[in-house]
Amino acid sequence: MEIFFQQVLNGLTLGGIYSLVALGLTLVYGILHVPNFAHGAFYMVGAFVAYTLMTRWGVNYWLAMLGAGVVVAVLAAISERLVFHPLRHESGLHPMIAAIGLLLFLEAGAQVIWGPDFLRMPTPYTGILDLGGVTAPVQRLLIIAAAFTLMLVLHLFLTRTVMGSTIIAMAQNREGASLVGIDANRVAMLTFAVSGVLAAFAATLYAPINLVYPAMGHLVITKAFVIIILGGMGSVPGAILGGLIIGFAEAFGAFYVSDHYKDIIAFAALVVILSFRPQGIFKGGH
Amino acid sequence: MLNRLHGPLGWTLLFLAGLLFPFVVGNDYHLTVMSTAYLFAIATLGLNLIVGYTGQFNLAHAGFMAIGAYTVGILTVDHGFSYWLSFVLAGAVTVAVGLPLGWVSLRLKGHYFSIFTLCVGYIIYLVIEKWEDLTHGPVGIIGIPAPEPIGDFGFETPRAQYYLMFFFLVLGVWAMRRIVNSLLGRTFMAIRNGDDLAEALGINLMRNKLLAFLISVLYAGWAGALYAGFVRFLGPDIAGVHHTFDMTMYMLIGGLGTLIGPLFGSLSVPWITQYLQFLQEYRFVIFGPILILLVIYLPHGVVGTWLGWRARRAAQVSAAAKPE
Repeated sequence: MEIFFQQVLNGLTLGGIYSLVALGLTLVYGILHVPNFAHGAFYMVGAFVAYTLMTRWGVNYWLAMLGAGVVVAVLAAISERLVFHPLRHESGLHPMIAAIGLLLFLEAGAQVIWGPDFLRMPTPYTGILDLGGVTAPVQRLLIIAAAFTLMLVLHLFLTRTVMGSTIIAMAQNREGASLVGIDANRVAMLTFAVSGVLAAFAATLYAPINLVYPAMGHLVITKAFVIIILGGMGSVPGAILGGLIIGFAEAFGAFYVSDHYKDIIAFAALVVILSFRPQGIFKGGH
Repeated sequence: MLNRLHGPLGWTLLFLAGLLFPFVVGNDYHLTVMSTAYLFAIATLGLNLIVGYTGQFNLAHAGFMAIGAYTVGILTVDHGFSYWLSFVLAGAVTVAVGLPLGWVSLRLKGHYFSIFTLCVGYIIYLVIEKWEDLTHGPVGIIGIPAPEPIGDFGFETPRAQYYLMFFFLVLGVWAMRRIVNSLLGRTFMAIRNGDDLAEALGINLMRNKLLAFLISVLYAGWAGALYAGFVRFLGPDIAGVHHTFDMTMYMLIGGLGTLIGPLFGSLSVPWITQYLQFLQEYRFVIFGPILILLVIYLPHGVVGTWLGWRARRAAQVSAAAKPE
């Protein structure tokens, strides 16, 4: 039984991180209908910025996370302006290739600035709690708490503030939103900034139990894509639920099936599900 | 003058240039660079068929290249097959893997297809890395034999290898030219221009998309098989999505959906990176923004833009000729 709860804990940790990354991706897709392949690079830059703030300037963990959030938000908003905005009327291939160009640039840039090495991010929370037989590293509990708090904050932001509502309005109906006076350009930049903040926070939360390196975003972003396909591209609840499903599938799969092949589980699930339901599980047809 | 270069004469000149290339450069290293470029050009030609002509952005292309390469590696090193038999089987295996994958993924449209194939590429990479009994895992396959001599012609020297790659590139271009200029090619382009439109013309979408996909992965598989016999060492890295990104860049710089464009891109970019040696590792600090700028300002690539300009001029000339 303890082993089972141990996996639940792991599933929540992974699921929380995946959901945060997938949320940013799905918000951007909802607004611009672009699969932002560079989102994983935002995640990676977030981790590096937090790492630098903490190790070089001795900034406190939470402030470093905030700093990373601000830097990546600005970076994401600029990317929207310079890369995606000029292509907003194009569909299909070209925005995707532009996103790939951005991804390649950011990764190479990170390699120039921080080098190709694997770095370990320090965390002040190294303790381990014992919850009735289940050993819970504090960092993992922190990830779970922070991830779900962030989701709640995002939910409140999207539903209770005017700024957040403009994002929802744009995603629902572009022309309608323009008609009532919503500035499409501002909303697009805002959405990118929000997605950047989420990616940077997720990276800073997860990096202490993982490693920081230029290609660290690859696997996370690919899984986030799996999640938003499963949850329906552009759907906020779908991203959270999908993230948790993949997180749990991986945690339990790693333990009960094979730790060696755990990274394949998410993709295999995608292939199997899409073979039977090309429109995803939560969508009534596309 | 430039107009004459379009058509058979241009291709003949290119062919002669390729034939004479080893006599112009005295240096084995340059031959190796060019042979590698040819090899990736073959794969890029395939990618261009599914992306440029049929409009389906397949991000698993490098994965299929790896399947071809690993088929040769595993069969020759672990099972003692001859290179050429493995080469033929590599094509068969790639198509056999591509058939179910293509069938599943092509039911998805647009972004979904691209994201799905991105995941398929990742699965191929992970399987190669993790299935150590079959693929030797991260250690890779070492000591793949060079292609056996055909008649008196051996493939050990860089020059012979160059001509081997050149032969297959010429074959690949010739076959691709036949395909895209045929009714089949028009069918693919109709699908690119719009699923509904193509269907209204009576085109069976799934069958034709799948056919384009299979031809495309066959090019990738054989390019991979050539890669195995040329580099003679294989690691999981060959399946990495960055190779697909590289090929996408070649295609885009030259021009999507043209025959000469991908050739231009895949033969010129490696030379630019050669001369920017210091950039090797960081080349995408420059190529990333170039890719973005191209997509924004020159979406048809260098060759595509030129062809478009030529077509417009021809239209103007014919309009001026008719007094109406």
